[in-house]
Amino acid sequence: MTDANQIAILPGELLPNVLKMRAEEYRLIQICSTRTKEGFDLVYSFGKEYDMTNLIFSVGEDDEVISISDIFPPAFLYENEIHDLFGINIKMMNVDYKGNLYRLSQKTPYKNI
Amino acid sequence: MATRSIVPFGPQHPVLPEPIHLDLVLEDETVVEAIPSIGFIHRGLEKLVEKKDFNEYVYVAERICGICSFMHGMGYCEAVEHVMGIEIPDRAKYLRTIWCEMSRIHSHLLWLGLLADGFGFESLFMESWRMREKILDMFEYSTGGRVIFSVNKIGGQRKDMDDEMIRNFVTILSGMEKDLRLLARTFLDDYAVKSRLQGVGILTAQQAHDLGAVGPFMRASGIALDTRKRGYAAYGDLDFEPIISNIGDSYARTDVRINEIFQSIDLIRQAAAKIPAGEVAVPVKGFPKGEYFMRVEQPRGEALYYVRSNGTKFLERMRVRTPTFANLPGLIEVLKGCQLADVPILILTIDPCISCTER
Amino acid sequence: MSVISFSRTILKNLFSKPVTRLYPAVPREYPARTRGQIGIDIDSCIFCGICSKKCPTGAITVDKAATSWSIERFGCIQCGACTEVCPKKCLSMLTNYTDPQPKKSVDLYTKTPAEPEKPVEVSPAEKKEQ
Repeated sequence: MTDANQIAILPGELLPNVLKMRAEEYRLIQICSTRTKEGFDLVYSFGKEYDMTNLIFSVGEDDEVISISDIFPPAFLYENEIHDLFGINIKMMNVDYKGNLYRLSQKTPYKNI
Repeated sequence: MATRSIVPFGPQHPVLPEPIHLDLVLEDETVVEAIPSIGFIHRGLEKLVEKKDFNEYVYVAERICGICSFMHGMGYCEAVEHVMGIEIPDRAKYLRTIWCEMSRIHSHLLWLGLLADGFGFESLFMESWRMREKILDMFEYSTGGRVIFSVNKIGGQRKDMDDEMIRNFVTILSGMEKDLRLLARTFLDDYAVKSRLQGVGILTAQQAHDLGAVGPFMRASGIALDTRKRGYAAYGDLDFEPIISNIGDSYARTDVRINEIFQSIDLIRQAAAKIPAGEVAVPVKGFPKGEYFMRVEQPRGEALYYVRSNGTKFLERMRVRTPTFANLPGLIEVLKGCQLADVPILILTIDPCISCTER
Repeated sequence: MSVISFSRTILKNLFSKPVTRLYPAVPREYPARTRGQIGIDIDSCIFCGICSKKCPTGAITVDKAATSWSIERFGCIQCGACTEVCPKKCLSMLTNYTDPQPKKSVDLYTKTPAEPEKPVEVSPAEKKEQ
């Protein structure tokens, strides 16, 4: 139970669903990732008024995820963060820090459990 | 063709409370673009869930930030309590509400002082912080600490406030209201203050929605959303409306925060009148299994706590999305077109709490 | 007028005492719940080690064989978890803070084992009476 609408999607369906959120005037709340044995579980949260809708899907360690920062501009911070901490491969971010958002001595510290 | 130069701002700067770095691209004295750079205070607190079990993690969650400390502990506890299906007693909910609102008053008074210091009005900074000392004394009297309280635990609260203490606090706060009105008059009516704040850094409602701004930053642009209306803790029983302003400049943000202080004093009065008797904690058995998203209204905006667990005593994932992280794109937008001397004021009007942002 | 109202403020400030406390000449009085540092009544301690297990930072070390209890003063976060779980209630939260020091310090408390009681000598006359 999460007090929000959970919608499970396939990784390839991310962009059409995000465009639908944009058309329905949702705002981006956060992007979160969790390390699992097979790869990562990603959660994209969108909100409208007081409701929240989550898009959840899983990717493998080397899979590519297309960035949503052209649809929702504030997404670049969250995507750079999960790229720096987890090592998830995100393509086509509109502002790309190339791994330097957090100054870490050990790269991708959250990737290894 | 004006020449462009890049001026680095931060991480050490007398006006910033915490380290953030901005590369400002200037054309003469006007800022054209700003590129933020964070990460100076990243402590990796989210990774500590692997080492501290879910009960001990409350102490880590409280120490994410010094100003919003109580609400971080409370948000974490509420998320785990929802995962485990624990219903805390009503008295604990009211105590959490009272301490939350006191935290909000203390944070806004701190911010007012920093804003006054930001445009050089040091005596106003000292006056705001002198009033804040009364709130810190109330915290020490009830919880034992001025900044870090350690009163939250999974299942309720560790300390109780008896009715006499609560009545005492309401009396002190009512006495403070008169001094606060004098302070508010200076902030909102003084000519020198108004000339620094009015018309500076305008954010329209459509921009605030698209850039995902939260909290007073968003409410000052006209969007009337306040996460407290969702009814967590005891807010469902209290009567209040989100405070908004339609102008969207720095003056409006100051106005919204000052009015929120008065609203918080009123909420504490309402909660003190309605608080039921009873115990303040329930025992906790077993381990959490499941996941939950909890949203809490911190003084700076909406914070989100995501907890995921698999039945052992260590959580799998604990994520905090803090309000300043969501306000950073709005800051970059607001900085475009302003003068270089206005940059510190604009950074302060989003109420930056960088240690929350980078955990 | 501003001259008149300001002279009122000047006169008020000239003849009232300062708002701030003249510390350290006037010592600070802490409220009863202040979490300053952990104190122990070493004579009641049974060295079970529960406080050491519950401490979130690992600041407490308990040695049963040597009957000693030590705490790293600068590792303690004054959370009070140890005071809540102690079965003999010999730990308490004191209201004064640890003094500043140039190096991190460890406070060690040892319990000297009590001497066994000498048997009381009873004369044969008293024994007959008993």
